[in-house]
Amino acid sequence: MKTNLEFTAEFHQPDMPDIPYNTLNLGPTHPATHGIFQNVLKLDGERIVSGEQTIGYIHRAFEKIAERRPFYQITPLTDRLNYCSAPINNTGWYLTVEKLLGVKVPKRVDYMRVMVMELARVADHLICNSILGVDTGALTGFTYVYQYREKIYEIYEEICGARLTTNMGRIGGFERDFNPKVFELTRKFLKEFPPVWREFENLLTRNRIFMDRTIGTGGLSVERALNYGFTGPNLRACGIDYDLRTEEPYCSYEDFKFDVPVGTTGDTYDRYVVRNEEIWQSLSLIEQAIQKIEAEPAGIYHADADHYYLPPKQEVYKNMEALIYHFKIIMGEIDAPAGEVYQAVEGANGELGFYLISDGGRTPYRLHFRRPCFIYYQAYPEMVKGQMLSDAIVVMSSLNVIAGELDA
Amino acid sequence: MSAEIKMAEAPPGIEGQGFFATSLDSVVGLARKNSIWPLPFATSCCGIEFMATMASHYDLARFGSERLSFTPRQADLLMVMGTIAKKMGPVLRQVYEQMAEPRWVIAVGACASSGGIFDTYSVLQGIDRIIPVDVYVPGCPPRPEQIIEGVMRIQDLIGKESIRRRNSEEYKKLMDSYFIK
Amino acid sequence: MSGISHEQISSHVTTQLGEVLTMIPDAYGIFTAEVPLNQLYRVVHFLFKDPALEFNFLTDICGVHYPDAAGRELAVVYHIQSMRHNTRLRLKVFVPVSKPEVPSLTGIYASANWMERETYDFYGVQFLGHPDLRRILNMDEMVDFPLRKEFPLEDPLREDKKDYHFGR
Repeated sequence: MKTNLEFTAEFHQPDMPDIPYNTLNLGPTHPATHGIFQNVLKLDGERIVSGEQTIGYIHRAFEKIAERRPFYQITPLTDRLNYCSAPINNTGWYLTVEKLLGVKVPKRVDYMRVMVMELARVADHLICNSILGVDTGALTGFTYVYQYREKIYEIYEEICGARLTTNMGRIGGFERDFNPKVFELTRKFLKEFPPVWREFENLLTRNRIFMDRTIGTGGLSVERALNYGFTGPNLRACGIDYDLRTEEPYCSYEDFKFDVPVGTTGDTYDRYVVRNEEIWQSLSLIEQAIQKIEAEPAGIYHADADHYYLPPKQEVYKNMEALIYHFKIIMGEIDAPAGEVYQAVEGANGELGFYLISDGGRTPYRLHFRRPCFIYYQAYPEMVKGQMLSDAIVVMSSLNVIAGELDA
Repeated sequence: MSAEIKMAEAPPGIEGQGFFATSLDSVVGLARKNSIWPLPFATSCCGIEFMATMASHYDLARFGSERLSFTPRQADLLMVMGTIAKKMGPVLRQVYEQMAEPRWVIAVGACASSGGIFDTYSVLQGIDRIIPVDVYVPGCPPRPEQIIEGVMRIQDLIGKESIRRRNSEEYKKLMDSYFIK
Repeated sequence: MSGISHEQISSHVTTQLGEVLTMIPDAYGIFTAEVPLNQLYRVVHFLFKDPALEFNFLTDICGVHYPDAAGRELAVVYHIQSMRHNTRLRLKVFVPVSKPEVPSLTGIYASANWMERETYDFYGVQFLGHPDLRRILNMDEMVDFPLRKEFPLEDPLREDKKDYHFGR
């Protein structure tokens, strides 16, 4: 019985022009593509010979919109990049702006940001793995596990008021301190979620059917993965432990203790297991973050940066300076220095980078998002060549391509 | 919380020993509205809130939408959730045209209703530019409760609709204004 | 950025290739340099292949439009990083808008494919040697290059939003 990898190696022959291939159009509206992008596959029977991709079906021109908006108004745009884990995008954007403006953020704010970002990472990996289960037919995992995403939404609502597109934070910190309910909900989540996740793992990780479908499909060697610009769990599944949180620590990640899970062959099963392990690491990080937040002096939730941080409304109504700062910041008259900054954070899919060129004006001169989904989705035809159609679905699902981040 | 089970209201009619007479419209409407098969046309963030609506916490299946149909031929309700770019417009139009009558459209989210925060050259400013819409659900993204409210408004529309509506002059004029055959 | 220092990188490149890099001062710590157009492929290939430098990862390619700089209107910015030394660097090339031709890096990095298509789509930069240079995010029928500064953000033909309500 040949494995998929062996078949692929045999099948890599130059295109035989006289065999008529079947053309199958996968998308843009398709139940199994998570988002709208199109793949036109050429099939020889059930085996895929080649694939041609069309994206841009949800191109919303974020980069052009950002040239028109002052810094605070760009945060809602960053929410809608990888909308499954919006706080990571928000924090990445604020880190970029703080780097440009030279704002130094207190430790407690860093720990609060870590807590929120790791919750977002759990939420994203949760969706990815449960939808991977759904695509192989296991609907139960999704319905059980999605309940816990609702719990994470409740935590977000306590912090910033929104469920999905959070628009969380300010330049220099957060808009309000975390009230005790946030910690109560998070502790409850940390107690209730691990048994549920363990149950989900029991359903799929050593399941004969799931393993047969996913082992050996969509593998990529390390050299090809690096050449294709892979980062994040997809690269770690191929075997390289490149994680921005350890390589270029931002937001005080160097104070935390966590492992970076790594796979071996880079196939679908490895990506699934790496994401599972990352959830466990994130849960431990959230635990450490709560302890660190409580160890710091209470009440600090933003940097001392009056020119950039929107003052609280109570101050604005009473204090003259607060009123003036509020007016200036809302009108967008932030004195940004001219310069260019590149800041990257470890998003749920990989290195999410923000390249900001400022000319000293109210709005960025150029803002470019380095979107991991856009970059690694190029490798998809190479990953599924020679494999069967059902493998193509499973590989796409495990890559976690989010359409908002693909097209921006 | 009381364990009262709310039965669907019987339409007004004449009741007697072993028979119940009412108008065909109301019976057909009652049957249709409690068994809508939606086509989730989820493009972006609103699609994730739709996933939340379908999941166990805010169960949409209670309203009869247990079976999602991803093929337009077998769907009743086209739920457009998320931004529709101009590149996607022809695809949406083709999906709508492939649906069989009776069909309803619900525009979920600000982007589908009017373009949302994306007033740009590449985003269609509302899907009612290309297809007729029955219910608009505002929000960015709308909470699952709002999406369910939208589905309930569709249920009201379906329940009160005349079964000859699709052949009426007004409907034909609406379709002509969108150049739909 | 740990690993190699900026002086080491620039001295290494200068010894092997000559004076090709024009350093641009950067306040935020990344080695930033401008490369003349005809040296771009050579420099990037050297950075990729050289065993001491090993800049084997292309992070990002993007374009910038400076309508006021005559003869240098379109800039293409490359962010490259070395996994082994954990160092980033940024290279820029400037081309005039009348002849926006830049050699393609798809021979070195496979990820350059779509990134160059995106830069072409937004700015009209022609990448010579690209296997499949066509629009990627915008509609294929589009003729303009939307991220250039003169292109308007809103669609002027839209009917329901009146510009004067939005202050435009």
